[in-house]
Amino acid sequence: MSADVTLDDVWIRFGDFVAAREANIHIEDGEFFSFLGPSGCGKTTLLRAISGFLTPSQGRVLIGGKDMAGIGPNRRPTALIFQNLALFPLMSVWENIAFALEVKGMSKLERRKRADELLDLIALPGQGDKRVSELSGGQKQRVAIARALAAEPDVLLLDEPLSALDLKLRQHMRTELRAIQQRVGITFVYITHDQGEALTMSDNVAVMREGLIEQVADGSTIYDSPETAFVASFVGENNVFQGKVNRLDQSAAVVETPYGEFCARPIQRNNQDQLRVGDDAMVFVRPEAIENAQSDSANRISGEVLQTEFEGNLWQLHVQLPNGGPRITRSSINDGRATKHQVGDRIELGFSETSAIALPTGQLAAE
Amino acid sequence: MGITAFNSSAFPRVTPWECFTVEWFSVLAEDKRLLTGLRNSLFIGLGVVCLSVPLGLAGALMLTQVKERVRPWYYTIVISPILVPGVVLGISTLLFWDRVGVMFGASRDSFFYNGFFLTIIGQSTFIAAYTMLVFISRLQRFETVQEEAALDLGATHWQTFKKILLPFLAPAIASASVLAFLASFENYNTTVFTAISTSTITTVLASKVRYGIDPSISALAVVIVVLTLIGAAVHEILKRREIARSKLAAEVAAGNRLSIGKQTPWYFDPALIMIFLIVVAGVGTTFMAGTMGVEECKVAVKTEKQRATQERIKALRERNQAKRDVEAAQQAQEAEQKREEKEGRTGTENFNSIFNTDNLAPAEDAPETTGEPENDPSRTGTENFNSIFSTDNLAPKDDSEQENGEQDKKDEEAPRTGTENFNNIFDTDNLAPKSD
Repeated sequence: MSADVTLDDVWIRFGDFVAAREANIHIEDGEFFSFLGPSGCGKTTLLRAISGFLTPSQGRVLIGGKDMAGIGPNRRPTALIFQNLALFPLMSVWENIAFALEVKGMSKLERRKRADELLDLIALPGQGDKRVSELSGGQKQRVAIARALAAEPDVLLLDEPLSALDLKLRQHMRTELRAIQQRVGITFVYITHDQGEALTMSDNVAVMREGLIEQVADGSTIYDSPETAFVASFVGENNVFQGKVNRLDQSAAVVETPYGEFCARPIQRNNQDQLRVGDDAMVFVRPEAIENAQSDSANRISGEVLQTEFEGNLWQLHVQLPNGGPRITRSSINDGRATKHQVGDRIELGFSETSAIALPTGQLAAE
Repeated sequence: MGITAFNSSAFPRVTPWECFTVEWFSVLAEDKRLLTGLRNSLFIGLGVVCLSVPLGLAGALMLTQVKERVRPWYYTIVISPILVPGVVLGISTLLFWDRVGVMFGASRDSFFYNGFFLTIIGQSTFIAAYTMLVFISRLQRFETVQEEAALDLGATHWQTFKKILLPFLAPAIASASVLAFLASFENYNTTVFTAISTSTITTVLASKVRYGIDPSISALAVVIVVLTLIGAAVHEILKRREIARSKLAAEVAAGNRLSIGKQTPWYFDPALIMIFLIVVAGVGTTFMAGTMGVEECKVAVKTEKQRATQERIKALRERNQAKRDVEAAQQAQEAEQKREEKEGRTGTENFNSIFNTDNLAPAEDAPETTGEPENDPSRTGTENFNSIFSTDNLAPKDDSEQENGEQDKKDEEAPRTGTENFNNIFDTDNLAPKSD
């Protein structure tokens, strides 16, 4: 069983503080959906509203097409994996996993059998009699997943479950989570502030800022065509140039900036143009989209090399634009042929019209 | 205090040490009042545990639920019984339930006037606050997210409470129970009012102290102290085992160890077995030593005591004899002197002319005695002479009743005439010196 989740104009207020506003989201049945945003953006609040620990101040939560108003967390077809996992320390591993079955009144023998099956699923066979404290971080993580799956939820909610793990384990668990989701085929709703997690695992991502959902789209759309300045700056690295729209046509906007005129691709929002001639605008260029200036480069910039960073697979080049302009970053793949630049070199850079995007000026993600 | 339980002396004391004995334990075992009090105290203690642990738990849970602003007020109110003197609580309980009883028209035999009921209620009023403090400190370490996790997995609120919160609180319940029981067991000032005719260990002890105690109380103290020490030791051992276990668990989690392995059951713990053996050996040898040869020792002590008494008596007699000898010598000397001075003398000058008419009839000095100036010797002007004219003194008998206040009681064995102190002034020698 699996179910879709719909948030219909959900608002959540705590006194005067609005934790979430105008949340309109439809999560498809069997989808891996992520909420991505900096801490305090209201993503956990929305998750608690879905799981039933919070009642929206306004709007409806529908799971499988059914309005969940007045239905407590213990009667919703959801299971939540908590940020700190909240495993029961006084129970053994298998008792933790079988807790949902125990409260349903299933016999001990059946419970044990089901727990062992789930232990196989999470690749911890034969570890059922251990105490929770005997498990490592990644194992606890998997036990928490098994415990939630034992409840046979239609929707599994995950509240930053990987944030406590170290990097290597986190990367491993990403793949694992995605694999588990595909195996059990239920809807996953995932909360994270780590864009890497969101982009690698999710079918769709909702980026949130200050209680508001800025954009809902699949990972590549979020990365390549962010609809707001915040999304553009929050997801991945981006170089920003501020200016004014000079000219505008279907596929290109020309933005006048102190560093030159840049030609960029304007992004629509809700199928509507966001820019008009004369508006304040921002041009975003990914570091990997910046190249050495070619004769046919649509946009050119020049500056002084401030710093070079070697990251193994990448070279990062920090360039200071003249006259107190912004620092921009260029990254190029380390293919052994990359031009070596010295600090202090003058450098001519360029980027194509399609790799740059133009958006209305807005708040950027905090550095 | 504990040592006095093994001294055969009838009063709890360490010195003088008489005989090593355990007889006070059997005296204790046969002390009906103390045992009844002990049984009642145990019963009341259990009642208090049953009442104040759930109350304390409810109070502590309530504290986590009430709003932030109300919390200090709530806390102050529920904690206040600890600050109220126990005497006040006792009297209040008594009066309150009396009023309630009157309201329902209950008879004096009803539970409103039952010492057990009143004592359990009265003690629980403040002991519940103690247990609440224990629960509060434990609850502060509870991750409420565990409750949420249980709810999320489909548990009802009751299941969540039973399967998640109660197991977490189990250690606190245990320590709150012990605390409540001990607080009830040792309580006096509330109990003394609420117990009415029921006796508890503390009220029995208090009355014993008032009317005289023997070392069976020390024996009771020894029993309680030993039980407490054993309990503490067992608790400590279990705690250490738990710490060791969680250390092992951490190693397993870190991958440095395959598994914790089977721990031996707690009752096979070597330290525990050691304690058990020490206790058994200690109790065994004490009782063996305390029962063997006690009678002989007691007889010996008794004989020794008697001998000491005899010696004291003998010494006293000798002292008195010496005193009498000295007195006799002085008397002889005085008689000699008197004989030398008998010419022109009445022989009574040394006695301040006690036979002068002035002294015999002092009517003007003491008018109230005019009626019987001669008959009441204590009122005449002769008081200064220790009633030497009272008939008792004048007609000496061997009866010990005759002793006057100055005489040492220890001198009973040496019969006296009662007139020795007056140097035999009525000896015929002294009384009729004129004929010569």
